[in-house]
Amino acid sequence: MTPSLHLVLIPILPLIGAAVNGLLGKRFSRQAVATVALAFCGAAFAMALWIALRFSSLPIPLTEYVAPWIRAGSFQADFAFYLDQLSLVMMLVVTGVGFLIHIYAVGYMWEEGGFYRFFSYLNLFMFFMLTLVLANNYLLMFIGWEGVGLASYLLIGFWFTKDAAAAAGKKAFIVNRIGDFGFLIALFLLIKHFGSLNFADVFGTIVENSTQYPVETAGAGLLTAIGLLLMVGAAGKSAQLPLYVWLPDAMEGPTPVSALIHAATMVTAGVYMVARSHVIFDRAPMALTVVAIVGTLTALFAATIGICQTDIKKVLAYSTISQLGYMFLACGVAAYSAGIFHLMTHAFFKGLLFLAAGSVIHAIGGEQDMRKMGGLRDHIPATFWTMTAATFAIAGFPPFAGFFSKDEILWRASQVSLAYWGIGVFTAFLTSFYMFRLWFLTFFGEYRGDQEATQAHGGIHATGSRAGVPAPHGHSGIHESPKIMLIPLAILAILSVMGGWIGAHRFELFLAPVFSSHQTAHLVALTSEQAGQITAMEHLEWVFTAISVAAAALGLYLAWLLYRDRPQLPQRIANALGGFYHAVANKYYVDELYAVLFVKPVVDGSTSILWHGVDQNVIDDTLNDSAEAARDVSDSVRHMQSGNLRSYAGWVALGAAGVIAYMIWMGTR
Amino acid sequence: MNGAAQVTPQAVEYIRILPEIVLTIFGIIIMMLDPLMDERRSQRTLGAVGLVGALAAIVATLYQSQYPGVGFWGMVNVDSFSVFFHFLVTAVTAVVILTSYEYMEVQQIRAGEYYGLILFGAVGMCLMSSAVELVLIFIALEISSISTYILAGFRRRAAISSESSVKYFLLGSFATAFFLYGVALMFGATGSTSIAVIGQVLASGQPPVLAYVGIALMFVGLGFKVAAAPFHVWTPDVYEGAPAPIVGFMSTAPKAAVFAVLLRILFEAHAPGRLWLIWVVAALSMTLGNIGALVQDNVKRLLAYSSIAHAGYLLVAFAALPANGIPAAMFYTASYAAMNVGAFAVVSHLASAGERYVTMEDYAGLGRRSPLLAATLTIFLLSLIGIPATGGFFAKFYVFSAALQANLVGLVIIGVLNSAVGAYYYLRVIVVMYMREARQEVPVSPVPLGLGVALAISAVATIYLGVLPGRVLEYATRSAGDLLR
Repeated sequence: MTPSLHLVLIPILPLIGAAVNGLLGKRFSRQAVATVALAFCGAAFAMALWIALRFSSLPIPLTEYVAPWIRAGSFQADFAFYLDQLSLVMMLVVTGVGFLIHIYAVGYMWEEGGFYRFFSYLNLFMFFMLTLVLANNYLLMFIGWEGVGLASYLLIGFWFTKDAAAAAGKKAFIVNRIGDFGFLIALFLLIKHFGSLNFADVFGTIVENSTQYPVETAGAGLLTAIGLLLMVGAAGKSAQLPLYVWLPDAMEGPTPVSALIHAATMVTAGVYMVARSHVIFDRAPMALTVVAIVGTLTALFAATIGICQTDIKKVLAYSTISQLGYMFLACGVAAYSAGIFHLMTHAFFKGLLFLAAGSVIHAIGGEQDMRKMGGLRDHIPATFWTMTAATFAIAGFPPFAGFFSKDEILWRASQVSLAYWGIGVFTAFLTSFYMFRLWFLTFFGEYRGDQEATQAHGGIHATGSRAGVPAPHGHSGIHESPKIMLIPLAILAILSVMGGWIGAHRFELFLAPVFSSHQTAHLVALTSEQAGQITAMEHLEWVFTAISVAAAALGLYLAWLLYRDRPQLPQRIANALGGFYHAVANKYYVDELYAVLFVKPVVDGSTSILWHGVDQNVIDDTLNDSAEAARDVSDSVRHMQSGNLRSYAGWVALGAAGVIAYMIWMGTR
Repeated sequence: MNGAAQVTPQAVEYIRILPEIVLTIFGIIIMMLDPLMDERRSQRTLGAVGLVGALAAIVATLYQSQYPGVGFWGMVNVDSFSVFFHFLVTAVTAVVILTSYEYMEVQQIRAGEYYGLILFGAVGMCLMSSAVELVLIFIALEISSISTYILAGFRRRAAISSESSVKYFLLGSFATAFFLYGVALMFGATGSTSIAVIGQVLASGQPPVLAYVGIALMFVGLGFKVAAAPFHVWTPDVYEGAPAPIVGFMSTAPKAAVFAVLLRILFEAHAPGRLWLIWVVAALSMTLGNIGALVQDNVKRLLAYSSIAHAGYLLVAFAALPANGIPAAMFYTASYAAMNVGAFAVVSHLASAGERYVTMEDYAGLGRRSPLLAATLTIFLLSLIGIPATGGFFAKFYVFSAALQANLVGLVIIGVLNSAVGAYYYLRVIVVMYMREARQEVPVSPVPLGLGVALAISAVATIYLGVLPGRVLEYATRSAGDLLR
């Protein structure tokens, strides 16, 4: 027996923080709120580190049982946590990046109203996210899954007096509901066929009964159905086609939220879930193909939109969607560890990009439009340099982190289909282009913003003041962010540079116990069949790598050409492209399409048929009438209650007589 | 016949009535201290002694659970079933004493024998759950009843309280007579008053008609105590008049104990012919209780009708198969105790001197004036409705699913429809608290420590049972196994 790790504390600590700040925070000073939030979040991170340090001495995988939860017949789901290499990586990323972003947020949100509310939500998010990644069964995972959705909703709509923020929160919630619908049905199928939602039970059953659960190459079966439904859930949470529409709108939330929830952690939950369910996906090639295709198309699609965005956070949002697409592509070609590797590096550099963007926005008084930025390099050098590191990382330049993970994904994808690889490389080119476009527009050239306005505003966050919260600021003009914001930037910058040096191969070896212990005959067969082909391609790896680096370099060059060298060119190109440009700039009118196809019919139908027709005429009237009737009956029951003792005794005697008569009849029958 | 040969009981047999002994000793201490103390100061001291007594009884119960078995010539039996109810009764006692602290001062009632009577009542209730012999059950029932008769009349200045006490006493005696007569007939039919022996006799062949009548009479007596229709008529008047903390007490602890007795008599003694009897009584209780509550404006009366309805829900479990029905019923008593004691604790705090503020109108705007108190009451009310994440939800869930497994579809439909009706009047209180402006500002004094602790315990228990029902249900299932063995 190993001593208990008290894994449960890792999610519980932030929950306590959330409760303390949520219930009492109103009376606390800002310092106290920040201390509570950081202490509990930091404690969770410290525990995660402590577990990581002694990880090699632990009997992995281990399950830590906390309490019974639901036991209905033979079905059983408990509060139990599961630790293996995969959940360790997720736990470290979530607590580590989460903690850094907490620190940053203290500086970023200092002037805002509802400070305690913000940190209470943020800690609450950590609780649910950690529950999600540490759960030992799908049901507990689903609790975390829904919980992070709730936290996301609350934080997107943090400035709830602003209509756009409230609407964005709702949109995120509703679109996620569609995905959850698929996830839930997958869970029901699992319960029906396996009688359990425990990872160990479900996967164990599948692995042991390979005749009953063969690789469904011939035709789609149960596992394919479950896999596809899980992917529907993942597409909702991780903003993949066609359910990605909520993520760009989610940028209405405060920037630390965008960094933590909508870039580094929550949106990667879908990737984690697919990787966790790899036993199912491995036996459902069709579902895997769908995952890969959805991922690839999303990566490309979102990258094209990213090119035409002018809002700095929106660019990053589309970039997130695109990068998540890469992760799904990796999962879809059964290169789960490559997907998780990219998830990790992405958490570093995308978290950093958002934080740095927040620092930029902070510096120029809440402006998010890149057309009104420029030349900020000299004003905010620390932000500039950290953002540079992140930009090179996401663009995939060696030796930055993104290079290693993206290269691995592309290489693994190329072994399954060159089409995946081709689209992947083209997307890498687009990624490099829009990221350097952002970089040049923000930091180089002349400052295009309204200097006067910036000074007059004195660096108030526009969003904050729109929320009706006066936030006086000591500085005037463009200013660098305080240290508390810069330190997380610096740490993330270091990670963005060096996070990939661990190497995709070593990372894969580390995760191997998770992903290869259930290695299927199918994949083994696939490997041996194509072994010759793959060896033949082995020496090609360098060529492939060179091509993707070249694509990134081309993106950089093009961005320099268009936005640094000849800034008048982009407009001319836009004019030349005409309709196509408008389509892309307007995000392919997908929101409008969804509005016409789904939202409007539902709203109209609800109003005319369900509300006026069914609800008001049928349900309300029936209910009102029956309530009326019930009150009348109730009044007459009241008469039984005369208050008269003899009549009470009479009732008792009457009842007794009835009971005795019945029992005598029963006895003599 | 167990231990009949031995003349003096062994030491371990005293452990099997240890909680009762502890409660009695503390009760006597209170009675002796009372005349020695200054009247104004006695309040708190006696309450503290009572609280210590209840806590000591909890400890004694936990200790006792290590020594299961029968004692005193087969009259008491300590098993996990009796330990469950001992724990429930003593815990409720402790919480009620905590609630009474402030109440007694505000109402300016002399504590005197008040706390003593609560402890003595608890002795009877504890004994009811461990007694396996009908005469002892009868005595325990009387100990518990007589204490509550007196406690009901403790607001001596209020005529309504005395009326409540007298009504309760007269009707209660009437009902007890039924029970005692049933015991006598049972003895006549089977030649024994030991539940185990009766069970053997009844299970061995076609039981005589006399046994049926005996069951019927005992059922009437016990049905009265749990306020099941049609023996419920006393409930609204008595609950309205009795002191609020005492209503919280007598609507939970004695009821739980009587339900324990019913479980023993109906299941351990293999009582014949119970199904339709219970079916009708359960359906009637749920329906009359809920319908009666709809038009109530007095919160105490409303909760009285609600307790009739809940007795009905609980009886549904009695109609189910023992293996599911017994644990469901036990879980229900526990969660009902948690939420109802809590609800009455809030009521007794808001009532103020002379219980002036007990109508719906007085609760208007409470959500704004005292948000924490309103939120706590809301938790209890939601649990009484049976909203998920509260104990009330799983209580109903287990009861109804047990009934479904016994194919009692009709009864479950009646039950579920009744739950929907019930939601109306509980929600009405919530709506009044949060969405209506007070016509006149009713003063709300700050919550004192004792009451705060009582509320916290009740609320935590309610939510615990609603979020992590597994452990308690598992224990109840094990107890049911003990009972049926």
